Amino acid sequence: MTDTTMYQSTTAAGRTSSAGRTGGRSARRANGRRVEPLYYVFLVPTLLIFTAFVIVPALIGIFYSLTDYVGFGDWSFLGLRNYAALFSDPRILESYGFTLGFALVTVVVAQTIALALAVALTRRIRFATTLRTVFVIPMVVSGIVVAYVFNFLFSNSLPAIATAVGFGPLEESILGNPDLAWLSIVIVSAWQTIPGALLVYTAGLTSIPNDLYEASALDGATPWRQFRSITVPLIAGFILINTILGVKGYLGVYDVIVGLTGGGPGTATSSVAMTIFGGFTGGDYAYQMANATVFLVVTALISVAQIVATRGRAVQL
Amino acid sequence: MHRTNWPLTIVLGLATLTVFVPLYVTLSMAFKTSGQSADGNAFSLPAPFNPASFAEAWSLTRFPVSFGISLAVAAIAVLLTLLLSSLAAYAIARNWSHRFFRWSMIYLLAALFLPFPVVALPQIQLTALTGLDNPLGVGILHAMFQLSFSVLLYTAYLRSIPIELEESARIDGASTWQIFWRIILPLLGPMNATVGIFAFLASWNDFMMPSLIMSDPTLQTLPVVQNIFQSQFGTNYNVAFASYLMAMAPTIVVYLFAQRWVISGVTQGAVKH
Repeated sequence: MTDTTMYQSTTAAGRTSSAGRTGGRSARRANGRRVEPLYYVFLVPTLLIFTAFVIVPALIGIFYSLTDYVGFGDWSFLGLRNYAALFSDPRILESYGFTLGFALVTVVVAQTIALALAVALTRRIRFATTLRTVFVIPMVVSGIVVAYVFNFLFSNSLPAIATAVGFGPLEESILGNPDLAWLSIVIVSAWQTIPGALLVYTAGLTSIPNDLYEASALDGATPWRQFRSITVPLIAGFILINTILGVKGYLGVYDVIVGLTGGGPGTATSSVAMTIFGGFTGGDYAYQMANATVFLVVTALISVAQIVATRGRAVQL
Repeated sequence: MHRTNWPLTIVLGLATLTVFVPLYVTLSMAFKTSGQSADGNAFSLPAPFNPASFAEAWSLTRFPVSFGISLAVAAIAVLLTLLLSSLAAYAIARNWSHRFFRWSMIYLLAALFLPFPVVALPQIQLTALTGLDNPLGVGILHAMFQLSFSVLLYTAYLRSIPIELEESARIDGASTWQIFWRIILPLLGPMNATVGIFAFLASWNDFMMPSLIMSDPTLQTLPVVQNIFQSQFGTNYNVAFASYLMAMAPTIVVYLFAQRWVISGVTQGAVKH
């Protein structure tokens, strides 16, 4: 799910200078010598399967996005007309608005709670191991099943409680309210993804030497000051990787929506993924492949933007 | 200074309610009668205690079949992920100076930012065309979407293993094939656990891929078959929750027994080795 090695390797892969450094030892051994054929046997089958199952479908999809293909039968080229239509389609624009807004809110909520929990769990508290065990449980259960359970709570229990205490706004199920339904998806997605982030932060926090805190405490630093000036800079790499993978996951949100709102009421909570899948039954296959291609570009750009924006911010000891 | 922070402990204790309440509701609803489950009070205890819901849920979801298919899909996904990504990562890590291996790494990493919805429609067609619109196909696809991340973890880990170990084995006459199976694979132990846990959880809990790829509804996985309670049996909440409980319990029970191992496995993925 998450790790810093990944951040370091992804950035290293893009820069030849560090690539040379990491491969220095084997470079000396392999330079000017043929690669043992067995290494190709280890690697090439994976490349072929990967190409067949992932890259080829992606290319087919991009190809059909330039046509009027409906999923079967004849087709002809349309050029970029599908793309032009996308940008003036309110249903598509709404799904991007919802998905981006949802991802932004959820990543902030989930990361804040996960970091707060991780910090709290490393303090002088009792039952730390037991508490952590409990907090991680949501990581191992299926998102769709959890969403069904929360669906019941949101549509029955929450209104019942709100009615009992006389709190008007929640007396009707939030799942049926176009303005509030998205909150249910934020809550369940956060519930499900906080544990993974929590474990990554815990790993980050335990890597900070205790004497940094002790020394700063002697200098009169408050806990909040310590958090801002020691903890955050030293776990910046962990925050980055959690955020990138979190946003990527939230952008593809599907299971939780199916279990909670089915995209409704109306199309109020229809994510981009749901809209794309509609292309298989709705007859606008090529159109949704154009949508998928745009979605790929958007996802990649957001990930790259996050890496660029935070590059060099992490402090290493 | 070294005293227990009780207020914080209590706050965290209360925060566990966010985990316990949904689990408690699932458990108590599952043991209610259909009459009691329809009264809208999720938090009441079952009265009378009614375990019959489980028998009904068991047959409605054909539990042994869907459980077995979920297990088979996850097993294919985990085995393929472990095998393909460890072999690929080993070849890449040991030949990093060669352009082909370096570019292969970048090629495999490309999928890290390739969401499944982007390739879903062509994949549905391709799997149908090649007869892989079944549990085998879903297992393979799960492994494919796990590949980037796993190769990354393995490559980072392999760089930390001293190459001298392999070189001395080579001097003793071991072939690369033997070195991989006898030296590298055992050394990869902790990373195998990490990669395996991630691959298992992603596959076992997935709804999106099996629901879209598999054409035969009688071969569906455990998370997907839960959708029958959304339409046909709308009012029998007790049966639905009994089924949700049976779907959630296996991983929770395994996790609770092996939590030390699971948590260290996941954390292993988080720290640069």
